[in-house]
Amino acid sequence: MTTMLSVSNLSKVYEGGFTALKAVDLDIRRGEIFALLGPNGAGKTTLISIVCGLVNASTGTVKVGGHDIVTDYRAARSLIGLVPQELTTEAFESVFSAVSFTRGLFGKPADPAYIEKVLRSLSLWDKRNHKIMTLSGGMKRRLLIAKALSHEPRVLFLDEPTAGVDVELRRDMWNLVRGLREDGVTVILTTHYIEEAEEMADRIGVITHGEIILVEDKATLMHKLGKKQLTVHLHEPIDTVPEALAAYALERTDDGHALTYTYDAEREHPGIADLLADLNAAGVGFKDVNTTQSSLEDIFVSLVKQ
Amino acid sequence: MNLYAIKAIYRFEMARAWRTLTQSIISPVISTSLYFVVFGAAIGSRIPEVDGVSYGSFIVPGLIMLALLTQSVSNASFGIYFPRFTGTIYEVLSAPVSYLEIVIAYVGAAATKSLILGSIILATAGLFVDIRIEHPLWMLLFFVLTAFTFSLLGFIIGIWADGFEKLQLVPMLIVTPLTFLGGSFYSIHMLPPFWQTVTLFNPVVYLVSGFRWSFYGLADVSPALSLGMTLLFLVVCIGVVAWIFRTGYRLKP
Ligand SMILES: Nc1ncnc2c1ncn2[C@@H]1O[C@H](COP(=O)(O)OP(=O)(O)OP(=O)(O)O)[C@@H](O)[C@H]1O
Ligand SMILES: [Mg+2]
Repeated sequence: MTTMLSVSNLSKVYEGGFTALKAVDLDIRRGEIFALLGPNGAGKTTLISIVCGLVNASTGTVKVGGHDIVTDYRAARSLIGLVPQELTTEAFESVFSAVSFTRGLFGKPADPAYIEKVLRSLSLWDKRNHKIMTLSGGMKRRLLIAKALSHEPRVLFLDEPTAGVDVELRRDMWNLVRGLREDGVTVILTTHYIEEAEEMADRIGVITHGEIILVEDKATLMHKLGKKQLTVHLHEPIDTVPEALAAYALERTDDGHALTYTYDAEREHPGIADLLADLNAAGVGFKDVNTTQSSLEDIFVSLVKQ
Repeated sequence: MNLYAIKAIYRFEMARAWRTLTQSIISPVISTSLYFVVFGAAIGSRIPEVDGVSYGSFIVPGLIMLALLTQSVSNASFGIYFPRFTGTIYEVLSAPVSYLEIVIAYVGAAATKSLILGSIILATAGLFVDIRIEHPLWMLLFFVLTAFTFSLLGFIIGIWADGFEKLQLVPMLIVTPLTFLGGSFYSIHMLPPFWQTVTLFNPVVYLVSGFRWSFYGLADVSPALSLGMTLLFLVVCIGVVAWIFRTGYRLKP
């Protein structure tokens, strides 16, 4: 597995003296979908901006496809497509010419057929002659994606691409990302919708206060931190957990209408059958049970809180 | 050289001028025509000839310079300020383009626009007064050099400005007064000696003088000095632009 993006010892101190990145090291593999998670102000956009040449790094080096982003910026940037977090578009240009403009900027000869393909895949073809200012917010978001794809990049940065986007467009977008991965494009995204990282990413990095505190294969992460909970909904609310059930470390929830049992799903004998039998034996009647797996969100929140 | 990028930016900028045709071409032509009517016909008929040239004809080179300077500055400053203001500059900064290419494209487009405009004004002037051009090649040289130099100045202003007020401040408070006081409407020899000396610190004097010399062979200062000063100003602007890009001033945090 080769490295597509290599960040080493990258720091950023903004003019006012604020340290937005602290000696970040990160390697992204060719062709993977990498999700960068972090709370507001963690430094996600700063990291992406440095890689794309929008912000000067204070220390450290970044290589894209083996090319240094400072000394060999032409080769490095030609590989990159960027969809920024903010909806920044021209107003009076037409959709088609705006996308063609970006392709030209990146040093590619005009290719109307390719632009048509990109616009169609983003359901923008019908709007190709419309002025950008007549588009809705979601369409502008698509336009930014079309611009980023216009020069056939090998690395795509999506900075919170689904902010303010409806469910349907979000689904379209993820289909598009999957298609890109099939073509071997490396995708790096930041998102606040953690389910998406969970659903889409191959690997996940968590960044907070300018430090990457964790990088892990998604499956390993889920596995490592994954706990399951069994909730038993009772007929009658109870005030205390019966002594006989102490070994299960049950928690009273829902004002005593339910009992929650937390267990490790990977264990061979999680003890569910025993628990249910012991509940019966203790005379606690229940009407329903359900299990939930701790989501990436729970993991994320517990990590960032530390 | 990323020629596709230069072409893309250049065409984008020219399309913008085309969209705002009234603002970018028609209004300067109208205001210049008004100068001809007021200074050339109404007042000019009462002013004696200046060194054998009728006053109406005398002011043509100065008026073209006035339009060239103000339009170059405003075209170029707006062209780079606006994408900074809206944020769309991110695309240019993240593209595989060198600073030189960015400058060539933006400044080239701004200079093209003001050259087109200057030509239109020259043609318009021809409708009002007699014009002769004694040194056409010199005239072209001054014409093109001035357009590029002041487009560079505009580019610098567009990067320095952090609000629309500042964008208009420099043209209004510096460029226009310097042009008016730069001998567009008079020969500096008409001034008292003290003011003649003061005037020599005004760079526009050299532009107007050189340009007028290429028309009528009349000059306040020698044409070689005019050319030298124009080139000096060009070099200073290039130096400032190079510094801006080397430091990322106002472009990259
Ligand atoms: N140009 C700037 N000058 C000074 N400080 C800045 C600048 N840009 C960002 N910062 C600061 O750097 C920190 C990281 O910002 P950044 O935009 O990278 O966060 P983020 O992780 O993308 O957050 P969000 O999820 O809200 O988009 C923030 O505290 C922010 O205030
Ligand atoms: Mg951000």
